[in-house]
Parts: sequence; structure tokens; C-alpha cells
Amino acid sequence: MTTIQPNDGDFKNLRSQDRPAEPSVDLFVPKPLDATVREELAAPAPTFWKEARERLFKNKGAVVSLVLLIILGAMSLIGPSMNEFTYREQHIPHSNLPPKVAGLEWLGFDGKDVNGVDQYAQRGVETNYWFGTDEFGRDLWTRVWKGTQISLFIALVAAFLDLVIGVIYGGISAYYGGRIDNVMQRIIEILTGIPNLIVIILFILILEPGIRSIILAMIITGWVGMARVVRGQMLQLKGQEFVLASRTLGASDSRLMRKHLLPNVMGPIIVTVMFTIPTAIFFEAFLSFIGLGLQAPLASLGVLIEDGYDAIRSFPYKLLIPAVVISLVMICFNLLADGLRDALDPKMRK
Amino acid sequence: MTHELKEQHTMNAGQDDLLVVSDLKKHFRLNRKTVLKAVDGISFSIKKGETLGLVGESGCGKSTVGRTLTRIYEPTDGEVHFDGLKLKGRLDGKTKKRINRDVQMIFQDPYSSLNPRMTVSEIISEGLVIHNPDMSPKDREKRVHELLQLVGLNKNHAGRYPHEFSGGQRQRIGIARALAVEPKFIVADEPIAALDVSIQAQIVNLLKALQEERGLTYLFIAHDLSMVKYISDRIAVMYLGKIVELAESEELYEKPLHPYTQALLSAIPLPDPEKERTREQVILSGDVPSPTDIPSGCRFRTRCPFAMDSCAAIDPEFREVEPGHSVACHLYDPEIMAKEGKELKTV
Repeated sequence: MTTIQPNDGDFKNLRSQDRPAEPSVDLFVPKPLDATVREELAAPAPTFWKEARERLFKNKGAVVSLVLLIILGAMSLIGPSMNEFTYREQHIPHSNLPPKVAGLEWLGFDGKDVNGVDQYAQRGVETNYWFGTDEFGRDLWTRVWKGTQISLFIALVAAFLDLVIGVIYGGISAYYGGRIDNVMQRIIEILTGIPNLIVIILFILILEPGIRSIILAMIITGWVGMARVVRGQMLQLKGQEFVLASRTLGASDSRLMRKHLLPNVMGPIIVTVMFTIPTAIFFEAFLSFIGLGLQAPLASLGVLIEDGYDAIRSFPYKLLIPAVVISLVMICFNLLADGLRDALDPKMRK
Repeated sequence: MTHELKEQHTMNAGQDDLLVVSDLKKHFRLNRKTVLKAVDGISFSIKKGETLGLVGESGCGKSTVGRTLTRIYEPTDGEVHFDGLKLKGRLDGKTKKRINRDVQMIFQDPYSSLNPRMTVSEIISEGLVIHNPDMSPKDREKRVHELLQLVGLNKNHAGRYPHEFSGGQRQRIGIARALAVEPKFIVADEPIAALDVSIQAQIVNLLKALQEERGLTYLFIAHDLSMVKYISDRIAVMYLGKIVELAESEELYEKPLHPYTQALLSAIPLPDPEKERTREQVILSGDVPSPTDIPSGCRFRTRCPFAMDSCAAIDPEFREVEPGHSVACHLYDPEIMAKEGKELKTV
């Protein structure tokens, strides 16, 4: 075998002639570093939430959704009191009037029914009903915003209760682990094993239909998703070294939860809540639509859609307006939740 | 470990021993049938102001030893004497609190050992909040600044978040957090394994300087043998949940007795290419057996080049074969070697 192996001598000759001199100690002298100057130059530390906010505001869809949601929320609060009607006041002579807004006639708010007859002129009605009236002559503007208010209220309360139950349940399950976790997870599996529509319908049949029973029916199965998210996240965090470090320091269970675990699962929790809200709105509308929801004269978006659906041929505006509002609310919540997920996901951090 | 030896161990425990561990065990029950014996009866002592290095390959139970000593894990069995306290079984609140103060830990991964949602100041002062709840926020802040300077960081760093720091800086923050409660004993669980080589030296030097300044005692867990030699006074070699050899650093490197130690040391590359080419390497065959299914007798016998019949039958005693140099191997046991009819390995 012939391998070219340099002789020892070759290297020695090379060393003495061609190689540069060994760097002496004083060749590199460290420049004195003034730490205070460096610190002044550095930008102020961005906190996690500040960064997340910046990322969220860069997402156009999320910003538009947020603005729309604020407008819709504000309207649901002030809308019902913007004219002289109440959501339950009946005025039979003014029944089934199409929407009419002075100045917006070109948009279809011209008071003409499907046959092109101006009902206001024909019946000699002086006041303009902005979204029209229903078959009892109730003002739909007031009812739509009142309905939005009730739908949002139900959704927010349901989401909040889901959050509380889910975080506590998931947190305990993950934190204590072992047998406790095992039992708690089996309970969740049993709950998810029963079709939740059946649970909800049975629940409402037993209880008096109303806001409270709808909320109860929704949270009885709704918290499961949140509990699973929280458990998964906490299991992942529990073994992290910063949690161990805190335990080495003797931190109590509640301190570990408050300071170390919960702040780190806040992101996924918020996102899950944001996705729960539109689901809850949808469920409420669905229940109202099949007649298990709120009872007259209370209005929710679902009730209004159901009423409008009955008269879709003669009075399409009765269906169209609440349908547009509920769609807007749901799309906005979903888009905002999407934006929040991207903003809060630490993996997105550059 | 035999009963006799336990006695001997406690007898050897002198006045200056800060920590004496005897027959410590930590088993994890995986399911109804399998038990993972992560630490299976180890004994050692650490003097005040000393550094004991603990080496071994991954999965041999080094970290479990550290975590059991800091009481992150409850030991399955065994006794620990720490600074006049006898720790056995479940600890009462007062003892637990003292251990939480006096025994601290430095973690391996500087990226997961700091809570990303807390500022450096909050991280370092956590121990102060827990142990001195009466301390005023102003004093606490002062203390945090002192600690930051002590570990070579700037006090302006206090308000920042962990993600703004490099690995070495984060490790310094972790050290400052451990020092905040003025511990006597620090378990350093591979504190340099995740760092750049140049930073490793910085951190080790910082640990050494702190030890001199404050009389700290370390258990230094690592798998980097050259770094361990540099920082440790004595070194214990672990294999599959047991200590197989324990000696002074120099002694261990010059005269490794256990075949496993010999193999470990021969894995260190030599800086001289010519010597590296010609040197004899002990290469072990096979993998580490699973800690759920530990071989009978000597647990190293499945990979040992010198394995004999007795190795499968008898678990070797951890014996002091020379002053300060203990090994758990039949090759150095005159009785067993006589029975095998082989020549006793000379020390």
C-alpha cells in the first residue's frame, strides 16, 4: 500500500520557515468594555404580552375583526335604546313592515315589500322602522340588537365558565398526575363518549327553557376541550427545569400554579376561549332554531332567525338581518382567535 | 452494599462531612410488573468545601441522584445525613424547608431552566420571596443586584426577560438563583453540557471562584470527563444505578481500576495525533442493559472484557482497595479471585 505520508522532517522545516510567529500574549488586547454604555444603547425589553400585541396588530384580518366586534358589541348595548321602541312592545297595526331608513332607500331600506309596494305609504305609517317589524309589529332593530346582546351574553358566560372549570380540572389532573389523572381522564372520556347534543337537549327538556338552562346545558360538556388543552400544556411544562428549580426552592403548589404554570399556558387558554365563544353562539342559535331556546318575548339571534325562516318568502329581511349579524359575529371571533393563536404561539417568535 | 460496609461508612463519616449518603435507592414503578431502578443503593460522602464529580453515561442515574438529594424525588430507600440532619423517609415541614434552603441545584438546560414569563429579577428573587417573606422589596432588589454582579452580570439586566440572554448568561442567572438563598450544598446537574466550549470554561471557573469565596460544596454531575477532572476533588463513576469506582481525581485518571472506568477514560481522545494513533483503546461491546432488567451479580458483567463465572453469581462489594480509592469489582477481591483460581489484580 502506498500512502503518501509526510516525513516528520518536512513539517519541522516548514515550521521554522513559513509559519507565522506564534501570536504573542499582547497581540490581542481586550478593549475596555463600559457596560453602562452598552446597556443604554439596548432597546427596552419587550415583554411577552407587548410582543404578542404587536404581532396581533400586524394581522389585518384580526384587527378588522376586533374593530367589528367592538362595534357589534357596542351596538348590542346601545342599539336597543336608540329608538323609542322596546323589544317586547307589540303594535299590531304596524306588523310586517319592511325596513325603511331615510336616506338609505337606494340600499333597499325603502319600505317596499317583495311586491314592490311601499307599505309605509299604503298604511300611512309615519315612523320609520330601520330594520322593519315582525308579525306583531315589534321593532326589529331593537330586537336584533337585544338578541345580539343576549347571544353574546350567553356565549361569554358559557365560555367563562368553561374556562374556569376547564382550567381547574385540567390543572389538577396534570399537576397531581398518577392515579388522580387517570380517574379524571376516564371521567372526561365518558363525558365525551355521550353525544353532547343529546345531553344538551335532555338537559333543556328537564329544566325550564331560558338563559340559565341554555348556559348550563352548554357548559356541562363544553369544558372538556379546555380541560384537555390545559392538561396537555401543563404536562409538558411540569417537567421543565424551571418548575423543578422552583420546587427545589420550596415553592408551594399554589405558587407553582400561579407563577410558573398558568402564565405559560395563558396563550393556549385564551385561544381556546376565543374559539369557544363562536361555538357557544352557534349552539344557542341552533337550540333556538329547533325551538329549545329562549321563549317569547325574549329575543336572541337564533330566535330571530327562526322567526324569519318561517316567513322567508314574503318577508326575507326578517331572516336576512339577524343572519348577517350572527355570521359577522362568528366570523370575527374565529378570525380574531386565529390571529391570537399566531400572536401567542411562542414558536412563531423570530 | 453489605451491612458491614454501611457501618464502616458511617464510621468514616467524620466531622467535616457535609453530606453522607448511605444505600440511597430511587426506584420508579412503571407499571404493575416493571420497576425502573434508576439509583440502586449508592453510598458516598462529601466533605465541606469539596467537589465530588459524578460521571457515567446517559441513563445511568446521575441526574436521579441529584434530584433525589434536592428532594425533587422522594428516595425509595436509604439514608442521607446532611449537616447534622438525618433525612429518612418523608420529611417534616421544618426539615423540608431547611433542605430547600441549604441544598440548591443548577440545571443542565439554560433554555428550559428559566421561566420565560418572569423577569430575571423575579427569577432570582423567588427563593427570597419564599424563604424571607418579610424582606422589603427594596432590600430584595438590592440583593438581586448583588447576586447579578457576583455571577458576572450587570445589575441593569434585572428587568429583562430570559430570552434576551445567551446560554452562558442564562446559566449565570441560574447560578444566581441558586445562590440567592445562601445554600451550603449545590447539585450541579451537567451545568455545562448545553454550553459552547469557550463558555463552559467560564462557567466552571465561576463555580470554582464561588466555591472558594463562599465555601460551597458541590456535587458536579457531568459526562465530560476532562471538565470533571478540572473541577472535582474526587470523582465517582456510576454505572446502571450504582457507583463502581470512587477515588481522588488524579488517582482515578492515572490508575483506573474498574474495567468500566478504564473504558470510559480510554474514550478521551489524546491531543497528540501520534499517540492517539498508537494507543490502546478499551472498546466496550453492546449497550447498557435496561435499568428495568438489571443483570444478576455484577451489573457490568454483560459488557466486561474480564467477566468470570463469579461475576454472574455475586454482586461485587464496593470495597476500599487503597486508602481513598474504592471499587466494586471482583478482580480486586482476593477471596473471589482465589475461588476462581485466577491471579489477583494488583492495585
